[in-house]
Amino acid sequence: MSVKFSLNGATVETDAPADKPLLWVLREDFGKTGTKFGCGIAQCGACTVHIDGNATRSCVLPVSAVAGRTVTTIEGLTGTTAQAVQSAWRALDVVQCGYCQSGQIMSATALLSKTPAPSDEDIDRQMGGNLCRCATYHRIRAAIHQAAGRSEDA
Amino acid sequence: MAMRSTDVRFSRRRFIQVVSLGTAGFAVGCSDTTTNSTAPANTGAATVTLSDLNTFIRIGSDNAITVVIKHLDKGQGTTTGLAAIVAEELGADWSQMRTEFAPADATRYNNLFFGPTQGTGGSTSIANSWMQLRSAAAAARDMLRAAAAERWQVDMATTRAEGGQILAGDKQATFGELAAVASAQQAPTEPSLKDPTEFTLLGTHLPRLDSAAKTDGSQQFTIDITRPGMRIAAIARPPRFGSRATRVDAEAALAIPGVEEVVEIPRGVAVLADSYYTANKGRQALTIDWDDSAAETRGSEQIRRDFRSYLDKPGIVTREDGDPSTAIANAATTITTDFEFPFLAHTPMEPLDCVAEVSANGVEIWAGSQLQTVDQAIAATIAGVDPANIKIHTQYAGGSFGRRATPDADVVAEAVSIALAQTDKRPVKVIWSREDDVTGGRYRPMAIHRITGSLDADGTISAWDQRIVSQSIAKGTPFEAMMENGIDPSAVEGARELPYAIPNLRVDLHLADTGVPVLWWRSVGHTHTAYATEVFLDQLAREAGHDPVELRRRLLLGQPRFLGVLNKAAEAAGWGEPLATGQGRGIALHKSFNSYVAQVVDVTISPSGELNVDRVVCAVDCGFALTPDVVKAQMEGGIGYGLSAALREAITLTDGVVDQKNFDTYRPLRIHEMPAIDVHIVNSGEAPTGVGEPGTPPVAPALANAIAAATGQVVTALPIAAQIRDG
Repeated sequence: MSVKFSLNGATVETDAPADKPLLWVLREDFGKTGTKFGCGIAQCGACTVHIDGNATRSCVLPVSAVAGRTVTTIEGLTGTTAQAVQSAWRALDVVQCGYCQSGQIMSATALLSKTPAPSDEDIDRQMGGNLCRCATYHRIRAAIHQAAGRSEDA
Repeated sequence: MAMRSTDVRFSRRRFIQVVSLGTAGFAVGCSDTTTNSTAPANTGAATVTLSDLNTFIRIGSDNAITVVIKHLDKGQGTTTGLAAIVAEELGADWSQMRTEFAPADATRYNNLFFGPTQGTGGSTSIANSWMQLRSAAAAARDMLRAAAAERWQVDMATTRAEGGQILAGDKQATFGELAAVASAQQAPTEPSLKDPTEFTLLGTHLPRLDSAAKTDGSQQFTIDITRPGMRIAAIARPPRFGSRATRVDAEAALAIPGVEEVVEIPRGVAVLADSYYTANKGRQALTIDWDDSAAETRGSEQIRRDFRSYLDKPGIVTREDGDPSTAIANAATTITTDFEFPFLAHTPMEPLDCVAEVSANGVEIWAGSQLQTVDQAIAATIAGVDPANIKIHTQYAGGSFGRRATPDADVVAEAVSIALAQTDKRPVKVIWSREDDVTGGRYRPMAIHRITGSLDADGTISAWDQRIVSQSIAKGTPFEAMMENGIDPSAVEGARELPYAIPNLRVDLHLADTGVPVLWWRSVGHTHTAYATEVFLDQLAREAGHDPVELRRRLLLGQPRFLGVLNKAAEAAGWGEPLATGQGRGIALHKSFNSYVAQVVDVTISPSGELNVDRVVCAVDCGFALTPDVVKAQMEGGIGYGLSAALREAITLTDGVVDQKNFDTYRPLRIHEMPAIDVHIVNSGEAPTGVGEPGTPPVAPALANAIAAATGQVVTALPIAAQIRDG
């Protein structure tokens, strides 16, 4: 049974087993390796993608669940909010090893899309699901605030 | 900038040769045969050998400058730091700089502090490369100047390098334009190093070179590598450390569509499939009988009791000043405290992974290799080829914290074994699951300390007697040569160098064996020695009625680098200012990897006993901070990593089986738990030293001292959460 969905703006179709997690379909079948594997049980957020605009952990989501829906990965991230997030990340040199940062940026962009000027509590709530072993949290918070300022200016 | 004058002399043995790379420009490299890790910046002699076998810098005719990075970058910013050294000495513009990882070749790319071994660890990347890369870049710069002088028919002395160009009067040419001519120049026998007062890049904010690729998903890690015909392997590992498979039934696994082969390797049973998902399904379908007769079957509680049984017996003495036994017997007051530390997992965000491909004469490997020479040697042994036929493509690693520097090559050995065991020798990618990682061993060793301290009637500390029980990291591995008279330095480092002026002091060690594999974990022995020593010193201070900062100042007279960070942290934190009810403030100070760090932690304990870490103020003296923002980032990260462990992390075992499995049971720090952090760099003007690890040791004891200040409760066992809950 094939599954059809929108991936980064293009309609795609896969014959992967229906229970194969979206993460591995994205990485192995569509070469979207910016989305990372970290835990496989939705505890670390490295696999975060947008499904219909919502930040979603792709490691536990069977690909069959995205039939007819819109999936965006870090490679397909566009728009002023996303640009503000990515440039704030660069301006503050948030990254260290960088492995979790695709997921962090996907979560942060989803947050700012819905909450343009998030409080620290909003940030804690949205970003609490994204682990960073390099503990770049300090800069992640600062970058979200900085991006929020730019989004408002835009 | 407070640095010493430039006066680098090269030995007469130095020679230089330049390799023409045709249109690619030219390349130059050097190797520094000295191993003096503590020489101050730009003072003393550097014995430098430059040779064409040893290539670090490529200048392309397109004006791009590529620095060949001999170290692994696992987030600590090494590529940025090493490129900065070259850019400065060359006179390049920061936008020209590119990096690529060096091949595995210890003859050219050894860590100068590791002897004939290529590898990254001990916070040495910048320190060992500092003079090596400066010399190489200075030679390259002088050759570009000579090329320009020849082209313009001017005296070379009138030329200078600046912003990626050679300038002389009104003439200018880019490095790229001059590269081909420069490659034909006579190499300078004594390239002139810049005076540090002329530095324009080093010491300033330089954007990380890897930020762009790590924020748009394009940065490639090992897990992202694909090779033609590649298979994915998942490995069923023994449930206990030291178990062996006696019978494997792979029928059900092989019946799963996509599962292609099952092979046995020394470390387990590997299922090869067309997908990670399928390989894991196959692994779950295996039926394996394990023989536990040689396995570790103790639980961590039993291991803890077994470690404790050593506490009453004298160990191997690693330091003895004066006569602590007599001083303690005659003291007005004595205090004894036992400190207990659990096994800890590293859990880098990128699980261990490796790609191996059998080549015509050996094996090609893609991995976040932290000890290339060890990985290469072990892969060569497995493949039965010369190490030169093992080609390693080092990749950016998604964290390590020590986990990728293994004496048995770990995932690299697995990948090579599997690649060779296949019927059809296809490329193989091994990916550990998070459960493989958490339960897979190579933990920070368990450690138990007992310290007895004594005070004279006037409150002076008269003696300090410290016993450590832990497990050797080096014993039984290729690193066994690190052992000295039965002492594994990694078990006592930071305790035997206790800097405080205490007349009678002894540190001894028992090394206890367990079947649980252990490894260096960000700052290694300092993770527990800093805690025991700094928390105990505060206990003595409270007993004697001393202010913790004042006491440390008194015990560190004549030690300006310790005092520099101590005073800076205390001042920046507002030490001595009153705190609100429920708040506590604690300090800790520790030197590791030749860097000095003091931290002040503020906590709030709610009326219901909930602990909140409000702020960490950090002062670091890592010598000259080449890239100050990377130094700050490493302090922030080191603090977060240490705090995470102190608050909550522990690996426990029941009957030899690890209890924690994934991030739901091994629970690192999350964003809402990250305190405000305020980092101050104290520039002592000394040569650069490490920053990857030194930020970690002081945070846990500073936190414990803050809790003690707020509550009077001394946390003597980590993690803190466990003890507060139990207590």
